Amino acid sequence: MSNKNKEVLLSVKGVDISFDVGKKKPFRAVKNANFDIYRGETFALVGESGSGKTTIGRAILRINELSKGEIIFKGKKISGKISKEDDREVIRSIQMIFQDPAASLNERANIEYCVSEGINNFHLYTDEADRIAKVDKALMDVGLLPEHKSRYPHEFSGGQRQRVGIARAMIMEPELIVADEPISALDVSIRAQVLNLMNKLKDEKGLTYLFIAHDLSVVRFISDRIAVIHLGRIVEIAETEELFKHPLHPYTISLLSAVPMPDPQIEKPKKHVVYDESKRDHSGPKPILQEIRPGHLVFGNDREMAEYEAKLQEMEKAEAEALKG
Amino acid sequence: MSERKIILSAKDIEVQFRVRDNYLNAIRGVSLDLYDGETFAIVGESGSGKSVFTKTFTGMLESNGKITNGSVMYDGKDLTKLVSDKDWEGIRGAKIATIFQDPMTSLNPIRTIGSQITEVIIKHQKVSADEAKKQAVDIMDRVGIIDAEKRFNEYPFQYSGGMRQRIVIAIALSCHPEILICDEPTTALDVTIQAQIIDLIKDLQKELKFTTIYITHDLGVVANVADRVGVMYGGQIIEIGTVEEIFYDPAHPYTWALLSSLPQLGVKGQELSYITGTPPSLYNIIKGDAFAPRNKYALKIDFEEEPPFFKITDTHYAKTWLLDPRAPKVEKPEAIRNLHEKIASMTSKGGAYYVEQK
Repeated sequence: MSNKNKEVLLSVKGVDISFDVGKKKPFRAVKNANFDIYRGETFALVGESGSGKTTIGRAILRINELSKGEIIFKGKKISGKISKEDDREVIRSIQMIFQDPAASLNERANIEYCVSEGINNFHLYTDEADRIAKVDKALMDVGLLPEHKSRYPHEFSGGQRQRVGIARAMIMEPELIVADEPISALDVSIRAQVLNLMNKLKDEKGLTYLFIAHDLSVVRFISDRIAVIHLGRIVEIAETEELFKHPLHPYTISLLSAVPMPDPQIEKPKKHVVYDESKRDHSGPKPILQEIRPGHLVFGNDREMAEYEAKLQEMEKAEAEALKG
Repeated sequence: MSERKIILSAKDIEVQFRVRDNYLNAIRGVSLDLYDGETFAIVGESGSGKSVFTKTFTGMLESNGKITNGSVMYDGKDLTKLVSDKDWEGIRGAKIATIFQDPMTSLNPIRTIGSQITEVIIKHQKVSADEAKKQAVDIMDRVGIIDAEKRFNEYPFQYSGGMRQRIVIAIALSCHPEILICDEPTTALDVTIQAQIIDLIKDLQKELKFTTIYITHDLGVVANVADRVGVMYGGQIIEIGTVEEIFYDPAHPYTWALLSSLPQLGVKGQELSYITGTPPSLYNIIKGDAFAPRNKYALKIDFEEEPPFFKITDTHYAKTWLLDPRAPKVEKPEAIRNLHEKIASMTSKGGAYYVEQK
């Protein structure tokens, strides 16, 4: 599958994000991040807490400032200083879904207000009837009912609240949605509903998602491509099937081994693979993120790339033989 | 299995909370025999009562909660009869210890790690400060703190989340408890750290031979740690069995639904199976099977009469009318049929979750 004929919707180029800039030792939360998100795909950013995944998501929404690099959306630069019109356009067309639906909704406002806040601020309606119609439609899109409008967030269950959070984003008719751990705070039985809803909306509205998560099993189900991020550094990018079939970076492998499988006979004897960045062999030239197969990028220097290449060839050989039977 | 020694036995436990002028029936008649040395996992969604139930073993119910029925027999005593902190002395923390979800809230942020561990040792074992420090460093070492002697004098903020949870485990184990209750011990942690903490608890259990109750909502974790499993719903255990029975031969539609909604079993491009509706409100009297309104296999009787426990094997029981001989024959959903074969192919060479074991 080639990515050449797909439209790049968002492009993150050489982005560094530091905190405490100006102090003696600024903290580099994101180090030289490079990736493209194509229109219509679900692109996942996976890593543990503190890896910088949310920071990148926030930078795309212009909440965090970049200290280096740029972010391009639909061919236009949206990072740093931009015109007021562009700023409004970015806020409208890139929306966010948050982790904790209880914390992200104003508990003193009814659902109608929560959902229509965005179009109120941007006057994206012709008259009052149009505004109400838009709220009703957004609610129905996420599987709620128009009569829910007059209720308050506390009257809803966790899954329903997350639906309201999604409706709030959807009403702006965004092109890109940054979903930051949208199901982590939800109960197991509700997670599946929200994942299904996100997939349905994507198909219906041609949405593009940046899905931020720490759980590879969720990401495998929902995303088309995955970037694995560790300590602010993207260490591997590939299409979902490719990443699971041919994981190369040791951190990706350790994440994979940490996914608990619902099968006692398999899960009990499993040994977890631990990845310790400080124990990595740092010899040789500085590593960079480079392509090893079309669309599959790994972070490494020449020596490491040679190791990955050998491993990959071995896997491909074994697969070819298995195919022959 | 029935030959094994029962270390704790809860019978017909009912717990009620008074919330304003209403009564919430959090636990509606739960019985459990805990065997010496086993790991018993309790699974269920939030509000199912899994934490509340185990809090009755340590007398830690919130002040508006009351045990209205039943008994918890441990070491010849009925724990439900204990009232004051003095009654609990020598049991809570000493014989039955708990690890909670968030290590940051279990530790005092303005005291050193060392003093928080030695405090417990001095209080329960009545040893000198020097001896307590020796024991504390030793247990820190055991739970995998590198350079324990040096880190003894550090504060919680100087530790990472995973390291803090190791300290909480060290404190819990410092009095050599017989029963360790782990209440979602890894939910606040990263997946990779979660794996390490689970391995640690398992190793320590092998070495120190305590009994573990493991509360979680993550069935993958259950598969890893448990010998036996109880599935809770609406304040009751609705299915109980060995870990193999629960995963390979589940009988209750709620267990089916929980298992089949796991994203590990999802197929991309297809809908993930999910449970409709919401859990029952425990303020109301529940008629029939609490899961019936969300259960697509519900029978008429499910809405009218509460099902009893049906015996499947000596170790496996489920509370569902589907097991009644008069009930129509229903097969478990496609997603979880041949579960072992499916997962085996996912985790063997060429599968999505295959990881080379070195």
